[in-house]
Amino acid sequence: MSYPAQFRYTKDHEWIEAKGDIATIGITDYAQHELGDVVFVELPAAGSSLTTGKTFSSVESVKAVSEIYAPASGRVMEANATLQIKPESINSDPHGAGWLVKVKLADPSELNGLMDAAAYEAYIEEKKKEASA
Amino acid sequence: MPVEYPSSGGLMAEHRAVRKGVGLFDVSHMGDIRMHTAQRLGGALEAVQHITMNDASKLAIGQAQYSAMLYPKGTFVDDVIVHRLGQDDYLLVINAGTREKDIDWVRKNTGSFDCAVEDLSDSYTQLAIQGPRAVELLKKLTDANLDAVKTYWFTHGTVCGLKNTLIARTGYTGEDGFEIYVRSDVATSESVWNEVVDAGKEFGIAPCGLGARNTLRLESKMALYEHEISDNINVWEAGLDRYCKIEKGEFIGRAELEKARARGNSRTLIGLEMVDRGIARDGYRCLNENGDAIGYVTSGSPSPTLGKNIALAYVPPAMSAIGTPMYIEIRSQKCKAQVVATPFYKRIRKAIAS
Repeated sequence: MSYPAQFRYTKDHEWIEAKGDIATIGITDYAQHELGDVVFVELPAAGSSLTTGKTFSSVESVKAVSEIYAPASGRVMEANATLQIKPESINSDPHGAGWLVKVKLADPSELNGLMDAAAYEAYIEEKKKEASA
Repeated sequence: MPVEYPSSGGLMAEHRAVRKGVGLFDVSHMGDIRMHTAQRLGGALEAVQHITMNDASKLAIGQAQYSAMLYPKGTFVDDVIVHRLGQDDYLLVINAGTREKDIDWVRKNTGSFDCAVEDLSDSYTQLAIQGPRAVELLKKLTDANLDAVKTYWFTHGTVCGLKNTLIARTGYTGEDGFEIYVRSDVATSESVWNEVVDAGKEFGIAPCGLGARNTLRLESKMALYEHEISDNINVWEAGLDRYCKIEKGEFIGRAELEKARARGNSRTLIGLEMVDRGIARDGYRCLNENGDAIGYVTSGSPSPTLGKNIALAYVPPAMSAIGTPMYIEIRSQKCKAQVVATPFYKRIRKAIAS
């Protein structure tokens, strides 16, 4: 699966796509792959606030819980309600239907500090090498 | 053994393959200790009886039993399967994580017996073929009469051309299945693995990893060391009474277990099912209505077979009745659960064909 060029990426494998000061956040294909079958997603309520680097959600597979960290600060406008019924969307379409939250960003320029697709792909290549070494 | 095999479709697919068809596990990390007569026949049995809690004198040649090695205080060194290989000849299959400790323990505590102790862990690769189709699959690869091998019995036969292979009808999944012990040199174990996978294709075989191994054994309420059993949990607390034969005579742990029985348990192992959304994980706290901690989860996971979130936990006996409401602390939230009957999953045994 390819990593969309319009997204920005974190070292913890979240992605964020901003249009103006509105952004969508999810976890990457690499992250869903590492987790395995997702069975439960805990999401923040609309109106709650996100702080950069702090956990705001957890995604659980059969084997493990994974904390999800905010790539940027902001206020939650909407959480992806379909994940309550179809958490497996995170596995099948991590960069699309498996999105977690839409937020109003506190400071869109925060995204400048994140990786672009090429940098992220290089980063996960390193991770894979480490894992197989 | 990896956590899961992407080629099998991951943990859920592996789990389902074992419940409905057949799965293959590389459990070569398990340890094997042989205990046999040094000089006087009967010396090995005496040693086995001394270090394990079940009654090995009840075993026929070709039969195996679930048992455990205990510390003097009645807590667990490890759980083991004892196989009677011959007249005074036993094979103890032990866990990987406790292997060194177990072998030291056996040697240390059998020194005064007329018994030879051999660590065969590096000599064998153990493969587990598990699931309702396991018997059909293995029949294709062996000349042994598998229909004559009942659950917790074993035989020897040629498997994939390897003569005199130990074939035991045992496992850690709650399904019918076999564990075979082949020579551990890489070429042999790889070729057997590949032959089993090829022969299993028509049954939808899935190579299975540690993830499915854990969910399968949890649904069947089979203990995992450092979770349901450990050096600070005793036999009665773990609910393994039926494998502990106090009446057989002296063994390590017996005296303290008798005292513990007289005192009564302060905690007991129970099964839980989540009522609220959320998954109880290993180590999470169990709370009562008031939010006081009353126990802890030993193993917890979504159950792929039941589609529910299940857990095993230690709680006070007063909280152990089926239907008792309980709460699990999940990321600082109090999530409702209730005590349910165990095992969570029990296979339906086929009626004997007439």
